[in-house]
Amino acid sequence: MYLEMRNINKSFGSFRASEDVNFSVEKGELAALLGPSGSGKTTILRMIAGLERADSGDILIDGKRVNDIPASMRGIGFVFQNYALFRYMTVYDNIAFGLTVKKAPADAVKNRVHELLRLTELEGLEKRFPNELSGGQRQRVAFARALAPEPGLLLLDEPFAALDAKVRKDLRQWLRDMIHRVGITSIFVTHDQDEAVEVADSIIVTNKGRVEQVGRAYKIYKEPETAFVSQFIGEPVIVEDFGKLNGYEKGDFDRAIIRPEFVEAFKSDNAHFKDIITYSQKGVIKDIVFKGSALELRLNVNGVEVVTHRSLERRPVEVGEEMNVIIYRLFAVKDNTTELMQNSYLLKDDPTGEKLEKYLYSDGGYFAG
Amino acid sequence: MGYKKKKSTRFLMITVSTLFVGLMLFLPLVMVIINSLKKGFEFYLQAVSTKTVISALKVTLLATVITVIVNTVFGIFASILLTRFSFKGKQLLQTLIDIPFSVSPVIAGLAFIMMFGRMGWAAPFVDAVNNAFGWDIKIVFAVPGVVLATIFVTFPFVSREVIPVLNAAGSDEEDAAALMGAGMFTIFRRITFPHMKWALLYGMVLCTARALGEFGAVNALSKTRGETFTLPLEIDALYLSGSADSITAAFAVSSILVLFTVVLLVIRCVLENRSKKAQEEQKRR
Repeated sequence: MYLEMRNINKSFGSFRASEDVNFSVEKGELAALLGPSGSGKTTILRMIAGLERADSGDILIDGKRVNDIPASMRGIGFVFQNYALFRYMTVYDNIAFGLTVKKAPADAVKNRVHELLRLTELEGLEKRFPNELSGGQRQRVAFARALAPEPGLLLLDEPFAALDAKVRKDLRQWLRDMIHRVGITSIFVTHDQDEAVEVADSIIVTNKGRVEQVGRAYKIYKEPETAFVSQFIGEPVIVEDFGKLNGYEKGDFDRAIIRPEFVEAFKSDNAHFKDIITYSQKGVIKDIVFKGSALELRLNVNGVEVVTHRSLERRPVEVGEEMNVIIYRLFAVKDNTTELMQNSYLLKDDPTGEKLEKYLYSDGGYFAG
Repeated sequence: MGYKKKKSTRFLMITVSTLFVGLMLFLPLVMVIINSLKKGFEFYLQAVSTKTVISALKVTLLATVITVIVNTVFGIFASILLTRFSFKGKQLLQTLIDIPFSVSPVIAGLAFIMMFGRMGWAAPFVDAVNNAFGWDIKIVFAVPGVVLATIFVTFPFVSREVIPVLNAAGSDEEDAAALMGAGMFTIFRRITFPHMKWALLYGMVLCTARALGEFGAVNALSKTRGETFTLPLEIDALYLSGSADSITAAFAVSSILVLFTVVLLVIRCVLENRSKKAQEEQKRR
């Protein structure tokens, strides 16, 4: 474990910014601190950096407790949210700053800066000032500047927040590749789950100062452990009366989270679904939203509103049309616990998933070919 | 765009403003120069090189230089304190710094008399210091009093200009530099100072202009012509003595101050442009 957070607590006045925070990050791993704004993720990052002090608990970097070590001695590179590039210094001086303040010899500084300029593809821009750069170039300068003193741990505070949508997408991949190439242990803060899922190896989900779940991106997406995570990740639709849906009993649960991919809506003459049409129930299309790559359908199923995506390759549908709807599964929520619930009709009739397999994946199946 | 619609409105506004500025500001200054040369250039040179005028010029320059240095140093400290630290009573301190803007300079001068004069509460301290070091420093009705009064009056100029600039710049860059191990002095020299540079110079120019022309506060504390008088006091004395010659001499001495003003105005104009540009650059980021 390169970084370990043990029972960290932090309050600002009466506001508890961190409550019993525990997690660790392996060497060379790229981790995301993901949570809504005000969830305490930035406070955690700032405590690791030494910009805030933890009230209690231990922060270990490379096995050493660093709580009492000043920020500048922790061997950390920090990329600020708006990059905080030195406006009155050139790109070269920006990158060299961390080395020159530590009185590194001039030729060592020069070599290191040129190495980083090459790495971040900023060669030829070293004499420019930050305001003469594009958003993406600025991010790369900030990245190079943080890496220059060869830190053991790289921290990035919302590294994509200051960029416009198109550049953001390109840079996600760039940053991911670059961090893996350099091999530096990194943690970045984000409130954007797409960003976390796409860029990070592992994700730490925070809410109200607590860590909700830690794990691989895939696992967090497929197997949320708390009600909060199931509602925060993916495209959740909250359904109170999910007992009205075929195949489910509400029991003690408060409500359910139904993601669009959990819902199948098909026309009654669709041959692929003829085996399971008896398990479906009628749903009327209330609204259709064109999302570019797919349609988003809002359906009224027995008084419950559910959402599903529909491929543009399928037959056209219209508002008011009656569809047959099956909910494969959902996350049932009680307090802050969540449970994956399978459609009991499907489960009873098809416990091994054989039929599902057949109508979806067999030669004549829905996803065939 | 609201006002720009009618051409006649524009014409009217330009005419009124130009006339007003011309009549109220520019013409009087021109009259000073014309009047100062009324009795010929030789008289002019004579008038500005009398003993009392030279003495007044020296006192004025001395007071101005000390004032600008003190207020610049204080202004930098105050701006950093008020923009980078939070503490109890910050709002109060900010208000206190602005006092000279709202208090009449004459009152400021009288306050110093009350403080350092023979009966003043600070007089024993001054005596004690003088005794201890064998000095004989007088404050009231002496040059130190003039300097103190000038400092008081021009106190807020520098911090007034610098504070908004530091607020706009934010402290991110300083945090970043500190995180990389830069010390306080390095941070100031390489990051904070370049941010405030133009605003600081602009504040210093304003401070200089005001210090050169200060009358009220200095008048209360300076009573000896030829020793503690500043240029404005000397001009006043010449003018009040009433003879035609001395009135022309008063204009001649005034023209020195007008000359200073013009030079400062040009510098100010240049600096204002530079600091505006620098601020716009910051806003763009």
